[in-house]
Amino acid sequence: MGIRRRFGRLITNWVDRKPFSTSSAIVEQTGKPLNLYSAINQALHIALETDPRTYVFGEDVGFGGVFRCTTGLADRFGKKRVFNTPLCEQGILGFGIGLAAMGNRAVAEIQFADYIFPAFDQIVNEAAKFRYRSGNQFNCGGLTIRAPYGAVGHGGHYHSQSPEAFFCHVPGIKVVIPRSPRQAKGLLLSCIRDPNPVVFFEPKWLYRLSVEEVAEHDFMLPLSEAEVIREGNDITLVGWGAQLSIMEQACLEAEKDGISCELIDLRTLIPWDKDTVEASVRKTGRLLISHEAPVTGGFGAEISASIVESCFLKLEAPVSRVCGLDTPFPLVFEPFYMPTKNKILDAIKATVNY
Amino acid sequence: MALSRLSSASGSNLLKPLTSALSLRRSISSAAADDNTTITIETSIPFTSHVCDVPSRTVETSPKELMKFFRDMALMRRMEIAADSLYKAKLIRGFCHLYDGQEAVAIGMEAAITKKDCIITAYRDHCTFLGRGGTLLQVFSELMGRQGGCSKGKGGSMHFYKKDAGFYGGHGIVGAQVPLGCGLAFGQKYSKDETVTFALYGDGAANQGQLFEALNISALWDLPAILVCENNHYGMGTAEWRAAKSPAYYKRGDYVPGLKVDGMDVFAVKQACKFAKEHALKNGPIILEMDTYRYHGHSMSDPGSTYRTRDEISGVRQERDPIERIRKLVFAHDIATEKELKDIEKEVRKEVDEAIAQAKESPMPEPSELFTNVYVKGYGVESFGPDRKEVRAVLP
Ligand SMILES: Cc1ncc(C[n+]2csc(CCOP(=O)(O)OP(=O)(O)O)c2C)c(N)n1
Ligand SMILES: [Mg+2]
Repeated sequence: MGIRRRFGRLITNWVDRKPFSTSSAIVEQTGKPLNLYSAINQALHIALETDPRTYVFGEDVGFGGVFRCTTGLADRFGKKRVFNTPLCEQGILGFGIGLAAMGNRAVAEIQFADYIFPAFDQIVNEAAKFRYRSGNQFNCGGLTIRAPYGAVGHGGHYHSQSPEAFFCHVPGIKVVIPRSPRQAKGLLLSCIRDPNPVVFFEPKWLYRLSVEEVAEHDFMLPLSEAEVIREGNDITLVGWGAQLSIMEQACLEAEKDGISCELIDLRTLIPWDKDTVEASVRKTGRLLISHEAPVTGGFGAEISASIVESCFLKLEAPVSRVCGLDTPFPLVFEPFYMPTKNKILDAIKATVNY
Repeated sequence: MALSRLSSASGSNLLKPLTSALSLRRSISSAAADDNTTITIETSIPFTSHVCDVPSRTVETSPKELMKFFRDMALMRRMEIAADSLYKAKLIRGFCHLYDGQEAVAIGMEAAITKKDCIITAYRDHCTFLGRGGTLLQVFSELMGRQGGCSKGKGGSMHFYKKDAGFYGGHGIVGAQVPLGCGLAFGQKYSKDETVTFALYGDGAANQGQLFEALNISALWDLPAILVCENNHYGMGTAEWRAAKSPAYYKRGDYVPGLKVDGMDVFAVKQACKFAKEHALKNGPIILEMDTYRYHGHSMSDPGSTYRTRDEISGVRQERDPIERIRKLVFAHDIATEKELKDIEKEVRKEVDEAIAQAKESPMPEPSELFTNVYVKGYGVESFGPDRKEVRAVLP
C-alpha cells in the first residue's frame, strides 16, 4: 500500500541519526542483513507459524500496515488470523484482551503510539488487572500491543510522541522497547510468548534506517534483562530504543575528551533490570538517563530515584537526565525539543566535572 | 459499489434547469458576478432520509452565486494543488492531507450558515479554514510553519483554527473532535443565540466509539449539533465497506435523524445544511452524510492508487466533479463564456502564487515560542538545560 512510503521519506532527512547496531559486538551472528521493520515482520511470521492460536490485527494490518511490518502475513496465514480492524483503538484492545483471555496470542497493532490513548483505559484498567482482580482465574497474558513510537524528524504533534512512561506506572503490564533489528526480533518473540500482557514500542525512526544481520531462525531475547552495550568507567548512560544511537555518538565524542562512558540498553522498562544499572553505577559513580519523552515524570525519573536510593553513597554527582522538553512534541522546533547528541555530551561533561 | 451507482444516477441528472424562461443573455462574467436574478435548479439527485423529512430538491440560485461558487471552489482546488507541490519541494513538513474533490462540502456548508455557527473538523482542514474566511497567506504561512500562519506556525497542516469565525479546527486524533462539537453546541444552546455547530468527521472516524457517545449526548440533551460525515469512501487505504457493517452513515444515529446528500453538488450541500440547521435548532441533532471523494491520496505519502482503481478516480472526475458541475450550469444558463471561466482560473492561480511568495517572506517563529502556550504565561513551563540551571537548547 502506498502509505508505506511515508516514513522512507521522513527518515532520510535527519542527518545526525545513525542507525544503532549490535552486530559489531556479536560475532557469532549469521543471517541476512535486515532492517527493523523486516525483523519485526520475520518475528510475526515465526509467531504465527509456531503457534496456530496466534492472531495479528489492527488498522490496515491486512495490507501490511503503514510501516510494512505485517507485509505478506495475511497471504501466508489467511485473513482469519491476520486481519484489518475498523478505526477504533479502544475496540481493538478490548477485543484483543477477550481473545487473549480465551487462551490465544493476540498481537494487536496500534498504528502510531500517539493513537494508543483512546485504548488507554482498556490497557490500564482491563488488561493490567485482569489476573489480579480475578484471583488468577482469568488473564490476558497472550496479549501483545505493538505500536511505533518516537520522533522521525518532522512528524509533528501526533506522529512523534513517546508515551512509554504512562504504561510504566501500571503494574500488571510489561513495557519493552528494542534498539535494533536483531533486538526487535528476539524481544518481540519473547513478548508474544510471555504470559503477561506487554506493550511493545517500536522506534519508527529506525524501521528502515537500522540494518544489521539477524539470524533467520526462531530465537528469543530475555525480558527484564538490560544489556551493557558499551563498557566504560567514568559514567553510566541508560536509555532505550532509538535514543541509544544518539547516546552512543555522545559516548564516542566524550571518549575524545578522555571520558569513558558505559552505555546500557534497558530493553524492558517494567519490570526493569535494576541490578545491571546498579552494578554499573557502583562502578562509575555517575548516572545519566536519556529519553525522548518529556523529562518531567518520564521513566528516567524512576530510574534516577531508585539509583539514588540504592547507590547514594557511591554517587559522585547528581543523576543527570537529558530528555525531551516539557512541551508538547513540536512541529517546528523538533531539534530544540530533542535530547540531541550535543545536549548529552554537555551533560556528560557537567556530570563528570561536577 | 455505492460510488458507481451514484455516479451514473447523478450523470443523468447533472443539469436540469427547471426554468427555461430565464435565458437572459449575459456576456460578461463580471456583470454576472453582481447579478442576483433568480435561477431555479434541481439538485443532482434526491436526498435520502432517515427518520426525518427530506428537503426539496428544487433550489434557487443566481448568476452571482454560481460565479462565486465557481471561483471559491477553483481557488480551493488550486490552493491544494499548490500545497502538493510545496510539500514535494519540502517546504511543507509534517503530515499534510488535501481536500481537492471535496470542495463542495466546505462551500455549500458556508453558503447555508453564518460565522456565528461553529465548525469543527479533523486534520483535512485547509479548505474549511478558507471557507470560514481565512486567507491564502495564513494558509500557506501555516503550512510552511511561519509566524504569519493561522496558528502562528505552531500547528501546521493539521491544526488550522480561526476563532473569530467560529472555526474550532483542526484535530489530529480521528473522531476526537465530534464530542467536542457537542460541547460547543451545548454552549450555543445555553446562550440562546440560535446558532449551531457542524462537527465534521470521516467515514473511517464514524467507527470510533466516541461518535456514538457524541450522538447519545447530543440527542439526550437536544443539542443543536449537526454531525457531518464526509464520506469520501476511504479511511486511509481502507474502503468503507471493509470497516463498517453498515456504510449508511446517515442511519448510524438510530434515534438521531439523518440525511444522505450528494456531497459533490454544492447546491445539495447548501440545501441540506440549511435544512439541518433549522432542524437542529428545533429538534436537536441530525447527521448529514456527504457522499464525496478525495482525489489525492490520504496524505502526501500515499499516492492513492493502490487501493482504488484509476478508473474509479477518473470516473468521479468526469461525472461528479463539483467544479465541473458549476461550469456546466454556468454555460447552460449563459452566465459566462468558457474563456471567462478560464480567466477566473488564471486569476486564482495568480492569487495562490502571490500568497505563496508572500508566505515565504514570513519569518519562522522565534525559538522561544517552543515554550509558549503550553500553559498560561506565568503559570507554566520551566525547562532546564543539561547544566540544570539555564534555560537553553542547543541545535544538533
Ligand atoms: C485515533 C487515531 N487512530 C488512527 C489515526 C491515523 N489515521 C489518521 S487519518 C486515518 C483515516 C481516517 O479516515 P476518515 O475518517 O475516513 O477521514 P479521511 O481521511 O478520509 O478524511 C487514520 C487511520 C489517527 N489519526 N487517530
Ligand atoms: Mg474517509
